[in-house]
Amino acid sequence: MTAKIKPAQGSPYARILGVGGYRPTRVVPNEEILKHIDSSDEWIRSRSGIATRHWAGPEETLAEMTLEAAGKAVADAGITADQVGAVVISTVSHFMQTPALATEVADRMGAGKAAAFDINAGCAGFGYGLTLAKGMIVEGSAEYVLVVGAERLSDLTDLTDRSTAFLFGDGAGAVIVGPSDEPAIGPSIWGSEGDKRDVIAQTVPWDGFRVGDVSQLPLDEDGALKFPALRQEGQTVFRWAVFEMAKVAQQALDAAGIAPEDLDVFIPHQANVRIIDSMVKTLKLPEHVTVARDVETTGNTSAASIPLAMERLLATGKAKSGDTALVIGFGAGLVYAATVVTLP
Amino acid sequence: MAVTQEEIVAGLGEIVNEIAGIPAEDVELDKSFTDDLDVDSLSMVEVVVAAEERFGVKIPDDDVKNLKTVRDAADYILKHQS
Repeated sequence: MTAKIKPAQGSPYARILGVGGYRPTRVVPNEEILKHIDSSDEWIRSRSGIATRHWAGPEETLAEMTLEAAGKAVADAGITADQVGAVVISTVSHFMQTPALATEVADRMGAGKAAAFDINAGCAGFGYGLTLAKGMIVEGSAEYVLVVGAERLSDLTDLTDRSTAFLFGDGAGAVIVGPSDEPAIGPSIWGSEGDKRDVIAQTVPWDGFRVGDVSQLPLDEDGALKFPALRQEGQTVFRWAVFEMAKVAQQALDAAGIAPEDLDVFIPHQANVRIIDSMVKTLKLPEHVTVARDVETTGNTSAASIPLAMERLLATGKAKSGDTALVIGFGAGLVYAATVVTLP
Repeated sequence: MAVTQEEIVAGLGEIVNEIAGIPAEDVELDKSFTDDLDVDSLSMVEVVVAAEERFGVKIPDDDVKNLKTVRDAADYILKHQS
């Protein structure tokens, strides 16, 4: 006999209730990057728009940065940490693979026995986490979900690679997602293009060190082993990001029933100002739309970039609570996620 | 109908003007995109995508790096146009 199973009771809709960010205290200007590569401040700015980025010190671990960002998001949402029912952290730079970073964060923030896990969705991590959170809240598995992007990409940067040394930054961005009577997160347009998985990747897998075949491992000028780093095929990424992701962004607008003129804010993944500017042009966004360009002073912080940019736009008054924002993340995988949200 | 090399160069001129702000008449066969026309590697991607649309060709990323001069691009388009 098939017994009748009682389903969970969720909320009709979900929304972002609060946002918080943490940027490491040390600001790294282009001049510092130029100690290691043959380039110039002008070249870096013209190719990326990046003038400065933040790099974490030894005390600014992923957990510490996440706890700072999470605390602000919880306060901004007007809830308490013990109300958080799930913690979802997207990161590619948590080097302690087990246990998940999220369990430490849940425990130390005071979220009790909240469900806690990490996801690896590269620079689309925020959108992936947001999609999971929305599902949990509507389905009834959690009332409040903490979604975090946290990265120390400086740990995965090859300082001698002149095409990427200047790109990456560190930081954590967090949001609290909770129940809503009104739709405040649109349909997610998300997916992967695994045939392009080699376009952005770690230089060598961790077990490359265990295998010990030194000929397969990257060496520096002195023949010493180089720690794995992120590498990418810049032109391929640029073409995909600008032209394919503009289509995804448009699909997210269409799916949410939002016309460009109804949009207040555009928060793309902060990869590179050139990508952002080209996307804005390709999407034909109206002049009145505020565009996040946080990458100029934060660098590319992967999954952390969208919540960090969101927090800064709200904190500086360039965007306000209740604004309608298009968010889109895209990166290693290749993976992407776009949706329209009401800002907290 | 297939376009001529002359038409392709004129079209590339308009594209480069639109993307990089270089006068269209400066776009001549023996000019290098990077060295003479100030089209950097990222702008080159935009030029290529615009050329694909305009001339109905596909220019894969692996081939883009071989298009150093306007002549390289025009010849590629001539050869591959449907």
